[in-house]
Amino acid sequence: MHYLLTHLEAARALALIHLRLSLIPVVLGLLIAVPLGSLIWRRATLRRFTTLAASIIFTIPSLALFVVLPLIIPTRILDEANVIVALTLYTTALLVRAVPEALDAVPAHVRDSAAAVGYTRLGQLLKVELPLSIPVLTAGLRVVAVTNISMVAVGSVIGIGGLGTWFTEGYQSNKSDQIIAGIIAIFVLAVVIDIVILAAGRVVTPWNRPGLQAAR
Amino acid sequence: MNFLQQALAYLFTADNWVGRAGLGARILEHLQYTAVAVAVSALIAIPVGMLIGHTGRGAFLVVTTVNALRALPTLGVLLLGVLLWGLGLVPPTVALMLLGIPPLLAGTYAGIANVDPKVVDAARAMGMTEWRVLSRVELPNAMPLILGGLRTATLQVVATATVAAYASLGGLGRYLIDGIKVRQFYLALVGALLVTALALLLDGLLAAVVWASVPGTGRLRRGIPQPLLDDEVRLEAEPRGRGVRAREPSPTVEEW
Repeated sequence: MHYLLTHLEAARALALIHLRLSLIPVVLGLLIAVPLGSLIWRRATLRRFTTLAASIIFTIPSLALFVVLPLIIPTRILDEANVIVALTLYTTALLVRAVPEALDAVPAHVRDSAAAVGYTRLGQLLKVELPLSIPVLTAGLRVVAVTNISMVAVGSVIGIGGLGTWFTEGYQSNKSDQIIAGIIAIFVLAVVIDIVILAAGRVVTPWNRPGLQAAR
Repeated sequence: MNFLQQALAYLFTADNWVGRAGLGARILEHLQYTAVAVAVSALIAIPVGMLIGHTGRGAFLVVTTVNALRALPTLGVLLLGVLLWGLGLVPPTVALMLLGIPPLLAGTYAGIANVDPKVVDAARAMGMTEWRVLSRVELPNAMPLILGGLRTATLQVVATATVAAYASLGGLGRYLIDGIKVRQFYLALVGALLVTALALLLDGLLAAVVWASVPGTGRLRRGIPQPLLDDEVRLEAEPRGRGVRAREPSPTVEEW
């Protein structure tokens, strides 16, 4: 605890790197997965294929992917870009399965009502079905954001920056205080991000707020 | 710049597979860390998940525990454990449990809580004790979700057991981490390829087990469920205050 309090400046700098490495992939993954997920939703073969591809990607250990990626894409080994690409792949893999499932869950009468008031297929998707799938998306985003934060920390064993460097430094210089500081800092970071995503999800789905149903 | 050829050459040299620090020994060590961590996680998470799923009390505890454990960094806990308790099986087991418990707990809880209430009531009406309801009715019905949790847990643990090598322990991480350290990237690639192969193999094996556990003949029609932290996502997607329940049809106007 003492270490953390005396190294707040360093903690802030490392936390920024950590957030950059773990959250850029979340944003990129969301931007890829939502259109892709909507596209494959009503296409059974494409959906099965994407699901299979997604679960194979998800099975590849992240640490291994950080090392293998430079062979596949033109980045240097131990480059930050590898981490961002790898984590984007995981994020996309998780969300691309959640999107069609969330769309499946939209009740038929809601779909019919939207069609009845004259929404086009695209309008219906953008204004009715995707907004209703936000809770599932938020849940997926929370899982993936927290997992990414933990993965970036693991990446420090192969020289990736962020708060994980406190683990490797603390271990090498036998300072358990520094490791504990790192654990606390990453835990707090993960919990804060989790709450931010949860809150953002609540804000954009006002119809889902607790209390509203009781008042009806 | 031909790491891949070098890595393959290393893999296909028989001498590299034998001995105390050979590939064979490292794979066994890796599997040992994985098996111990998953087994201990299961021993803790399955009974707790069964109890909470059966009584319906403490569901928020499941969500909180799952979130908190996932937020704790595995690597930090592992290295701290080695500094505190020394080298051995304890630090990697404790650290990997952080990854093993959440999916098992979420899967068991969701599996038990999702059993059709009519089936449970029928079992009670036949005079089964609570214990028998749980062990003979709820548990078999929940088995696919519990084993699905086991599958996710194993996948995450086997992938992350690699970090044990950083704390001077064994496992396939030795190649990955030592390879980076001494700038022999083909060695890192050997580790990466083997860990990936091991993960894919275990995952395929467990997928078959999950499929075989679906009660009745339903499995013949359904495909194999994919593990993508499904239960954890589902657990969090549910509105607060209600456990994980099967989706019910929305009430029609007349019922209001």
